[in-house]
Amino acid sequence: MGKSVLVIEDEPNIIEAISFILSRDGWRVASHSNGVDAVEAVEHRKPDLVILDVMLPGRSGYDILRELRARADTDQLPVLMLTARGQTRDRVLAEEIGASRFMSKPFSNAEVLEAVNALIAP
Amino acid sequence: MASLNLLIGVCLAYGAFLFLVAFGAERAALRGRSGWLRSPAVYTLSLSIYCTAWTFYGAVGYAARSGLEYLTIYIGPTLVMIGWFWALRKIVRIGRSQRITSVADLISSRFGKSNLLAVAVTLIAVVGTTPYIALQLQSVTQSFAVFAAADPSARMGDETRTTALWVAMGLAAFTVLFGTRNLDANERHHGVVMAIAVEAVVKLCALLAVGIYVVWGLGGGVAETLARIDASPRLGQWHVSAGRWSGLIFLAAAAFLCLPRMFQVLVVENEDERHLRTASWAFPTYVMLMSLFVMPIAVAGLTMLPRGANPDMFVLTLPLSQGQTGLAVFSFIGGFSSATSMVIVAAIALSTMVSNHIVMPIWLKLEPGRGAVVSGDVRNVVITARRISIVAVLFLGYLYYRLSGGGAALAAIGLISFSGVAQFLPAMIGGIFWRGAARSGAMTGLAVGFAIWLWCLFLPSFGEGVVIPAQVMQHGPFGLSWLRPYAFFGIEGLDPLVHGVLWSILINTSLFVGISIFSFPSPMERLQGAQFVNVFQHSASPRGWEGGTAQSEDLMVMAQRLLGAREAQLLFQREAARQGVQGYLPEPTGEFLQVLERELSGSVGAATAHAMVGQIVGRTAVSVEDLMAVADETAQIMEYSSQLEAKSTELTRTARQLRLANEKLTQLSVQKDAFLSQISHELRTPMTSIRSFSEILRDADDLGEAQKARYAQVIHDEALRLTRLLDDLLDLSVLENGQVNLNLARVRLRDVLDHAVAASGADRGEMVLHRNPVQEDVWIETDSDRLAQVFINLIANARKYCDADLPELRISLRREGGLMMVDFIDNGSGIETGQQGMIFEKFSRIGEQKAGGAGLGLAICREIMARLGGAISYLPGQGGAAFRVVLPQERAIAAR
Repeated sequence: MGKSVLVIEDEPNIIEAISFILSRDGWRVASHSNGVDAVEAVEHRKPDLVILDVMLPGRSGYDILRELRARADTDQLPVLMLTARGQTRDRVLAEEIGASRFMSKPFSNAEVLEAVNALIAP
Repeated sequence: MASLNLLIGVCLAYGAFLFLVAFGAERAALRGRSGWLRSPAVYTLSLSIYCTAWTFYGAVGYAARSGLEYLTIYIGPTLVMIGWFWALRKIVRIGRSQRITSVADLISSRFGKSNLLAVAVTLIAVVGTTPYIALQLQSVTQSFAVFAAADPSARMGDETRTTALWVAMGLAAFTVLFGTRNLDANERHHGVVMAIAVEAVVKLCALLAVGIYVVWGLGGGVAETLARIDASPRLGQWHVSAGRWSGLIFLAAAAFLCLPRMFQVLVVENEDERHLRTASWAFPTYVMLMSLFVMPIAVAGLTMLPRGANPDMFVLTLPLSQGQTGLAVFSFIGGFSSATSMVIVAAIALSTMVSNHIVMPIWLKLEPGRGAVVSGDVRNVVITARRISIVAVLFLGYLYYRLSGGGAALAAIGLISFSGVAQFLPAMIGGIFWRGAARSGAMTGLAVGFAIWLWCLFLPSFGEGVVIPAQVMQHGPFGLSWLRPYAFFGIEGLDPLVHGVLWSILINTSLFVGISIFSFPSPMERLQGAQFVNVFQHSASPRGWEGGTAQSEDLMVMAQRLLGAREAQLLFQREAARQGVQGYLPEPTGEFLQVLERELSGSVGAATAHAMVGQIVGRTAVSVEDLMAVADETAQIMEYSSQLEAKSTELTRTARQLRLANEKLTQLSVQKDAFLSQISHELRTPMTSIRSFSEILRDADDLGEAQKARYAQVIHDEALRLTRLLDDLLDLSVLENGQVNLNLARVRLRDVLDHAVAASGADRGEMVLHRNPVQEDVWIETDSDRLAQVFINLIANARKYCDADLPELRISLRREGGLMMVDFIDNGSGIETGQQGMIFEKFSRIGEQKAGGAGLGLAICREIMARLGGAISYLPGQGGAAFRVVLPQERAIAAR
């Protein structure tokens, strides 16, 4: 039984690419493409890991992360943040809020694989 | 012998001619070629509706019965006109500066925009004018009867009544057509005024023609005619009852100012205050000419026609008896003109009052809260109300005619009508000259004066025993002898008319003055009072609103309903420009609200406009009054404080504008900051897909052909997106730096639009397009590719963002003041007011990121339009998202 991941991202092509890479690696991949009810989606699916984009329609990835960290059942959930802005202060902000890992776009596929596997390693 | 059929034919032809005149004048006014419509001559001639059929036929009858007394009817208005500088000028100035629409509006506006007072004045006006309209119907009917009697082939019986009905219906149709064609903010009716001016000329010529014929054709010259007048037993004597003469002169002067129809032509239709100066001598001259031949005609009629002939009809029967049919028909047309012009203007004036002061307030009450903003087109309600009122007013006139049996002499009915409307005089004159005049005084005076008039003059006018039993006339009601209609307080022996006028005006004035002195006017009244009495000192408008929570966009929606989209947009744009604000939405300052209210009051009257603006601004007049009451000890203090207030509002406004500018700067700097980060985001997103999929294609060797092809397609699409983005950025930077080369050429706007529609894919049927190919047939000199780029952007945006179930896009064209405007209006939910200012900025996207737009489209459009010498702006309050592209006219040449 592979680990499960929830990709919260609004660009369909990027979702497709990540899904392809991770499912070949044995992950069960689900996706969600808007910010408004992203937290509910996490509650509902209870994934082992979340990949979270920063610029989402309806609600920013930072806000979502803040809420996840504030809840008892998700405060330890590994979250890999993706951003297309790639400035230092975005990284700092993400780390302050409690992102487990931060990665800027465009990413290499191998890097993503390495990162997610590292995040759920015991 | 003139047959009746011929006469009817002449009437119809004359009516058709008037239609043409009115129609032509309206067309000319619409095209802006109205220079000659606004001449003082037309104004003076339009005043001649004072000379109705009563004057035309009745003056001769009057002279035949009472000698020179008929002159009083002319002396009154002549005095008013000669003394124009004193009262008329003031009334006209007030009427223009406050946008007064009727005599009811004037009085209600003066006394604190009181609608109750407006309703009272309206009702009195309707009751007072009804006999007068009946009188006109009667005179036309009588003149028909004169011809019928002379025509052996015609049988006259019940037909007299039918004549009156037909005339009433014809006049109603004409008035509805030209009196309610458009809801003009100024309440001016060019067509009607022109038709009246023409009729004025016709009736003067007709009367002069009869007079000249009588003096030189029948009488043998001036000397002989004078001798005959001297010899006449009744006319030769100079008996003047000083009381009756001064009473009648006063009455005529008062009526000249108070009659709703006179107010309409004097004040409402006045185009230019300076016309009064001309009219002050020209109108008395006109009246003098009208009265010149009255005595000769009367004397000729008395001596040459058989005893018992109706002197009211001498003007017709004299030429007829001499076989001068042509002259008689001309004279008939003159009388017909006098009657019709009076009825038309009276009906317009009354319908304005009824719809503004009775129908609209009721309608507003029935639609509480949503009245002004949401419900259907208010203009339609107003126009329908006016049309129904016109028909109703004419029907009332007809009814009075039927009830009174058409018996009483013409002059008698006319005087009763005069004395009815003369009840307005104390409130009106007091209102404009005396700041202490109060609403309660005006209301009580009017009501009691009106009641006395009803009892002493109006009800007895139906004839002895018809409404008031003869017994009551003799001994008073319930045995109260001091209430006898012709002998109040037991004072007998007075002429009934003088008696009624004396008592009604005396008691009216005393109550008005007395109650005004002892009552304390409300702040609103005092404000309006100062505005009216000192109209020449400060032509500023009355204060009513202070800025605050008003929603400019809601106001715009309402204003468009009442004034029409074009007028409203112009007004808002002008006001916005005056405040130094860009776009179509001015700050809802007190000043702006006053301007708006005054414009609206042109369409619906002051009280209603006040109520409508109040609904939207979220405040009623009460709270304004409360506010004012604080600083309201004396009018002086108040004026001073209102000046202070103006200064402090100005300061507040300046501060607000500074704050806005600051906010905008901050916003822009944040945006500038965000610019790099945005570009980064927009570039990195497609690059992510490209990199990821190319790595997949490189690393995964077990992909099927279909999968490979799909991923290659994604890479290809994203590469194109990247290119497009870079193109846009480059385009924008070129445009912003002004390095762009324009390829100017003459193109047809329709072709540019066709191209844009096809290129944006809007012709595929998902969206309904409304266009007007005829309008679009305009040649312009521009860079057609750049212009098409703007159009494509707007159409594509509508396709992407219009959220209606059945999306529609309307593209309409208008030329105006050197500019050509192309509006793109969809039926979606539009753009929120707060965001309208930002949409033309780079990377500003409204709502969700959709279809991969980078938010540069509108920024590019704005730059392109600036290069093309035009502009693009968001048009608020259109129901959906609405963009207006403005092109300069120098490069726009209409298709030949």
